[in-house]
Amino acid sequence: MNADPNRRFTATPQVRRKYRQEAIAKWIFFIMSASMIVPLLLILGYLIQRAWPSLSLGFVLDVPIRGMKEGGIWPAFIGTIYLVFISLAVSAPIGILAAVYLNEYAKENWFNRIINLAVINLAGVPSIVHALFGLGAFVYAARFGYSIISASLTLAIMTLPVIIASTREALASVPRSFREACWNVGATRWQTIKAIVLPNSISGILTGVILQVSRAAGETAPVMFTGAIFFKAVHKGDVFPYRLDEQCMALSTHLYNIATQVPDVKQSIPFAIAVVLLGLVLAVNAAAITLRVWLRNRKKW
Amino acid sequence: MPVGAANRDPLEPEDIAMPVPAPQGSNGFSFAVRQATRPLWTVCGERLLTVLIYLCGISAIIFVLSIFIFVFTEAAPVLFGGKLKLSQFLFSTEWYPTSEVNVRYGVLAMIAGTFAVTGVAMVIAVPFGLGAAIYLSEFCGPKVKETLKIVIELLAAIPSVVWGFIGLTIMSRLIVYFTGAPVGVNVLNAGIIIALMSVPIIVSIGEDALKAVPDSYREAAIALGVTKWQLTWRVLLPASKNGLLAAVLLGVGRGVGETMAVLMATGHAVHIPHSPLDSVRTLTANIAAELGEAPADSDHYRVLFLTGVLLFVLTFIVNLAADLAIRGVKKQ
Repeated sequence: MNADPNRRFTATPQVRRKYRQEAIAKWIFFIMSASMIVPLLLILGYLIQRAWPSLSLGFVLDVPIRGMKEGGIWPAFIGTIYLVFISLAVSAPIGILAAVYLNEYAKENWFNRIINLAVINLAGVPSIVHALFGLGAFVYAARFGYSIISASLTLAIMTLPVIIASTREALASVPRSFREACWNVGATRWQTIKAIVLPNSISGILTGVILQVSRAAGETAPVMFTGAIFFKAVHKGDVFPYRLDEQCMALSTHLYNIATQVPDVKQSIPFAIAVVLLGLVLAVNAAAITLRVWLRNRKKW
Repeated sequence: MPVGAANRDPLEPEDIAMPVPAPQGSNGFSFAVRQATRPLWTVCGERLLTVLIYLCGISAIIFVLSIFIFVFTEAAPVLFGGKLKLSQFLFSTEWYPTSEVNVRYGVLAMIAGTFAVTGVAMVIAVPFGLGAAIYLSEFCGPKVKETLKIVIELLAAIPSVVWGFIGLTIMSRLIVYFTGAPVGVNVLNAGIIIALMSVPIIVSIGEDALKAVPDSYREAAIALGVTKWQLTWRVLLPASKNGLLAAVLLGVGRGVGETMAVLMATGHAVHIPHSPLDSVRTLTANIAAELGEAPADSDHYRVLFLTGVLLFVLTFIVNLAADLAIRGVKKQ
């Protein structure tokens, strides 16, 4: 290379090219990242702008009128809340206990690997196959009929694998030394879990469950064939409009129906439903993220 | 414990505290020792709870198996009853489920539709997703990283029906405006929507894969005076290729399995697409569109379940491949 000692540390053309390449690469990757976010913001802005004429608290609390062409979305809103709460009431305990088993009891062996594989595949099953299962198993075989119960159980199975995965992560973040200290004072495995592991990971577990609220609220296909109904007359502001063996309306299927099945609907209404659904989902997610960030900063170990 | 009791870690306790037998005195009489026994009901309760935890632990297996068995048994009569040949089902493009004279069930056009949409989506999502993953893990500062990760998480949370609605109302108009296509709901539209939906998975799994590359690799490269770009291109990408492959495969799985978005954004034409501006129908959208009309236990209904079996098997293979790829990473 260059033998002149005075020029040894100046940038050669190769070095300059190297840094130029790095700068270019950095900008390209930055643009790639930004191009995922900018469309999101544009879409959100456009949706809100189109929905603006209908958006109000009254829209959420009102019932639909004139063949759903006008009015609000209360029956769908409350139906979604029913579905979310019942499905998570089923899947959260099962999922958390399953994660406890996988993280605290199971050993590294072929059986555990099969369970892991099952969890991964359950998470990957397409939502329409869950719908088929819900229809075959809960609606027909278990004779629940088209009902909130069938739809909620279908959603519960859908949300289960993610709850297992997130809970497991939360449990795994509790240091092993905590458990060993507890075992050493003579506690059994369950006593350790109850007194040490769960209290120290409850926040992570909760975050995972909260995230599934938004997932359950947004799912459409499984609900569409197991318990959602096109229209149901509900009184304005009625908090208990549905029995568990009845079909209900849901925000997600309501959006689908209004957008594709109902002609001459007031223009801003489907946009407003989309914004309400999106707002609900993003608010729940933001809450979970805030909780997580707050807890991470508070963590002592 | 039912499994693996042999390789128990000596540090770990027995699951259930068993009453210790009283030691025998040298003269044959047993003498009382003070032992910490708990009430019988707590011991029994704990044992019951352990069984419950074990049951929940295997619940995932139970559910996966029961989903497959249920969907398959619903589909089996039409497959084994001689009414439909598997080859005809898989390799015919003629889908006339409600024809009065000649009912034909061939899903090849929908398989082609599924792969066309997923293919277009991956062409868009893979470079952008991996690019963003690289930016996140190598190029940006911690503040930007935190923000980007949150945004990606929010992007992942948008429900598929909202994506479908966006495809139906916004994207279709943009496509007609920019390409002059006769209809805006087509392969390209659904591809863009699926790309936006699968990018978050690709980014998060891809970033994990890059993070999993040992720091010693980085240190060795930086000691040679490489730039971040050279480090990424020559060291990180080759070292993490299995994990990145898994990220792409999981994105494919998402694309194949996505239902509502493609139902609303593909345009429902049962034929093999010749250009990205053709309307198609996918396997998932076909089930979603026709399940409501098919009477229970009719042939049509069973064929839809058979399509479900096909989807289940497809996604199972994709997920299994992704899992194997990730396991390959861990073994290194």
